[in-house]
Amino acid sequence: MSVLTLTIEGRDVAGQTGHTILQVARENGIEIPTLCHLQGLSDVGACRLCVVEVEGQRKLLPACVTAIDEGMNVTVNSERLAAYRRRVIELLFTERNHVCSVCVADRNCRLQDLAVELGLTHFDLPLLSPQASVDATHERFGIDHNRCVLCTRCVRVCDEIEGAHTWDVMGRGTEARLITDLGTPWGDSKTCTSCGKCVQVCPTGALFEKGRSVAEARRRRPYLPYLVVHEGRTR
Amino acid sequence: MSEAGTPTPARRRRQEPLIPDGPVRASAHVCMAAGCLSMQADTVFDSLCERVTARGLTDVAVKRVGCLGLCAAGPLVAVPQKGRIYDHVAADDEAALDGVVDGLAGGEGGRPTATDPFFSHQVKVVLEHCGQIDPERVEDYVAVGGYEALTKAVTTMTPAEVLGEVTRSGIRGRGGAGYPTGLKWTTVAKTDSADGKYVVCNGDEGDPGAFMDRSVLESSPQQVLEGMAIAGYAVGANHGYVYVRAEYPLAVKRLTTAIRQAEHAGLLGPRIADSSFSFDVEIRIGAGAFVCGEETALIASIEGGRGTPRPRPPYPAASGLWGKPTLINNVETLASIPTIINRGAEWYSAIGSGKSLGTKVFALAGSVVNTGLIEVPLGLTLREIVFDIGGGLPGGGKFKAVQTGGPSGGCMPESLLDMSVDYESLAQAGSIMGSGGMIVMDDGTCMVDVAKFFMDFCREESCGKCVPCRVGTTQMYRLLDRITRGLASRDELAELESLAGMVRDTSLCGLGQGSPNPVVSTLRYFRDEYMAHIDDHVCPAGVCKMEPREAAVAAGEVAR
Amino acid sequence: MSKPRLATIWLDGCSGCHMSLLDMDERLLEITERVDIVYGALVDIKEFPKDVDVTLVEGAISSEDDLRKIHEVRRNTRILVSLGDCAVTSNVPGMRNQIGPAAILERAYLENVTINPQLPGPMVPRLLAMSRPVHAVVKVDVFVPGCPPSADLIHSVLDDLISGRVPVTAGVTCFG
Repeated sequence: MSVLTLTIEGRDVAGQTGHTILQVARENGIEIPTLCHLQGLSDVGACRLCVVEVEGQRKLLPACVTAIDEGMNVTVNSERLAAYRRRVIELLFTERNHVCSVCVADRNCRLQDLAVELGLTHFDLPLLSPQASVDATHERFGIDHNRCVLCTRCVRVCDEIEGAHTWDVMGRGTEARLITDLGTPWGDSKTCTSCGKCVQVCPTGALFEKGRSVAEARRRRPYLPYLVVHEGRTR
Repeated sequence: MSEAGTPTPARRRRQEPLIPDGPVRASAHVCMAAGCLSMQADTVFDSLCERVTARGLTDVAVKRVGCLGLCAAGPLVAVPQKGRIYDHVAADDEAALDGVVDGLAGGEGGRPTATDPFFSHQVKVVLEHCGQIDPERVEDYVAVGGYEALTKAVTTMTPAEVLGEVTRSGIRGRGGAGYPTGLKWTTVAKTDSADGKYVVCNGDEGDPGAFMDRSVLESSPQQVLEGMAIAGYAVGANHGYVYVRAEYPLAVKRLTTAIRQAEHAGLLGPRIADSSFSFDVEIRIGAGAFVCGEETALIASIEGGRGTPRPRPPYPAASGLWGKPTLINNVETLASIPTIINRGAEWYSAIGSGKSLGTKVFALAGSVVNTGLIEVPLGLTLREIVFDIGGGLPGGGKFKAVQTGGPSGGCMPESLLDMSVDYESLAQAGSIMGSGGMIVMDDGTCMVDVAKFFMDFCREESCGKCVPCRVGTTQMYRLLDRITRGLASRDELAELESLAGMVRDTSLCGLGQGSPNPVVSTLRYFRDEYMAHIDDHVCPAGVCKMEPREAAVAAGEVAR
Repeated sequence: MSKPRLATIWLDGCSGCHMSLLDMDERLLEITERVDIVYGALVDIKEFPKDVDVTLVEGAISSEDDLRKIHEVRRNTRILVSLGDCAVTSNVPGMRNQIGPAAILERAYLENVTINPQLPGPMVPRLLAMSRPVHAVVKVDVFVPGCPPSADLIHSVLDDLISGRVPVTAGVTCFG
């Protein structure tokens, strides 16, 4: 394992071969916003919030899956990146029906936080207001597709940590939906172990525990000791 | 093999070719690719066989062949000995059928099609055998020199020599991006792998209006298999997959037959041409998702997963199918390989211009006289392709634009007709070469409506994995829809342009990154049409139905 | 120099934003000394006045009446403030957008009513097909999200506006 040196936000930093830009940036206290990323799970580069500029590269690169390289010069914050990140959050808010004031995750939501962090005060684009359902067939948990951002954290924790692979995604484009098993109701799932990991990793109010009020909806990440909670972040 | 001495076949099975035992004086090549088949070419074939037998023409062959190119004029029958192609040979057109038989018998009957300059401007490398051979008979392919290149490669060349030949030919990926093929092969060849590598043929052609790969697979499947085997030899892979979309059942059938026949003939499988090289090929059928043409999504699909792309690097050349080094090439690229090996890199690179060498197959479609499949040297002008080869617009229609590159491409206006068709020029003009779809549009076309059509396609075909493509294309489609309904403001146009940049720069894969192109290129060349919809509340082409703005204002649907 | 003219208006919302405004407590007195409140829930004037400097708009645009009012507000207001999530995103009123006004009226006035179920008559303003945020209909100058925005935030926004500063709400208040 050799050490590489690179520049992130004008700072000279060092990291190990194979580590990602995101890892090295956070080790050095440089924050890059993320949503689909959760330490301890594989990365998919889907939310595009963590895209950064790398000198000499025509395209923007997702920091969560891009390995560092010797002499790399990475820009994490620029006007363009800030505008794009705000746009990602705006697109997510407009895609489904995120009504923070009546959501179980109000004040415990990564999407809500990101809007503040990235300075989003309103949406220029209209809400798409799709018809999305709620599956409350499981004894202890429920999924409200109105709040889902398709980050697939639940899919990955279920597959990679619990080993059940109950969750997956079905459909294309904005019709894409999380499913349990082959599209059967969650309560009828033969593979779900009711471990609740999916609920704990959900960044929004899509996956929730039944019988809990908004005030009690705080995620209990320490419950998942193998997921290293980044710098006190609990969402 | 043949039943020598039998005077006439007592009962001919339907669709078996009629091949005389003795020398052949004339032969009818009946196009049996999907285009002509949809116009009952199979019945035409049967009728011709019957008529030839009835006339007692014992030195005349009737063969089924692949695509003859001029799809607009089908069903097509070629009589190569006379240098003629008969068009519109309908199954119920007695005169036309008799005309072909007259021609076969040596007469001057029938009405042959005007073949110039549709054919004379073309240079056929990929399509060399299309329309010449029976795609379901490996003997036919071997008879025209098929598998000589593979034999030459595995018996007389080292893998490095094959790599060198392909690199020096200058061929670039024909699937869309135009990445240098030799470089891709070399990367895979150099990547060490203890437990195998793969060659994947990408036949998941999905651009609206494109049918190049389908025609090649339907017309000369062995050529693609041979290209794959040569690629396998060069990069050190022993297994190949052909990924074909399920919407191409005829291509799947002919490929299946081709693989079986090639294995039976020892041209694929263990120890090819008594060398130590083995190569086998399997077919994987796609489930109709456009995004599976993207290489990482295609790999996921072959592996049995959901067809969604993943960020690159690692590129498939380093870590592809089942984590092994994988070479992915398009059908057309692989079909060019046997000729490059046979005739040499110098011969191939003499065709074309600049950094775009060789030939390219285009599917000409839309408002053009000669709809069909053509192969031309790279570097011809758009005008030569649309007006000389394509024959211009039907009924003297006025040219407005030509769309290249499918949903990731752009619309070129009249002012760019003299632009050379090569990778660099197209990119500079805001389009891409793409897989080779070329859609000609006349002045009855609304360019905003065209942009909306392609955005609708991208929106529907987005796999849903990354946010910009999934939601961004949906929002862009919505804005375009409002413009075509006469409801949009200038602010919304600005919003559309801003979104286009964001979706291009932040999407995960090429499908998302390229999806704004039709919008950006039509805004670049036809901005006045957008403004007419917005400011004047009128669609200049008369395509879009404008909604009354007052009613929309009253309903709170129009801002400011 | 005359004092800035301040108006507030309550469209399709729950009045929570106005309650939050009142939650400024004694700071209200200080504000009222610096402005003339010319229209709003606390002022007994029926017609929206002309030449208003700042209007705080609570609520989404859901009915024909809301639509008429917001255009009138915009015509007569220099700085229009979308106050609270309903004005900014359409929030709870917008939840009906996925099923349409007919279904929502039927559910509210027929299905869930036991005594004398009937749809609202012509006296009640008709619902628009969609409930929209204010800026989907007219230009908005300042966005103050929150459900409701806190009294502190409203105070600082008003303080900025009265003092001629542009209030910055990005990064200081969340939706919900």
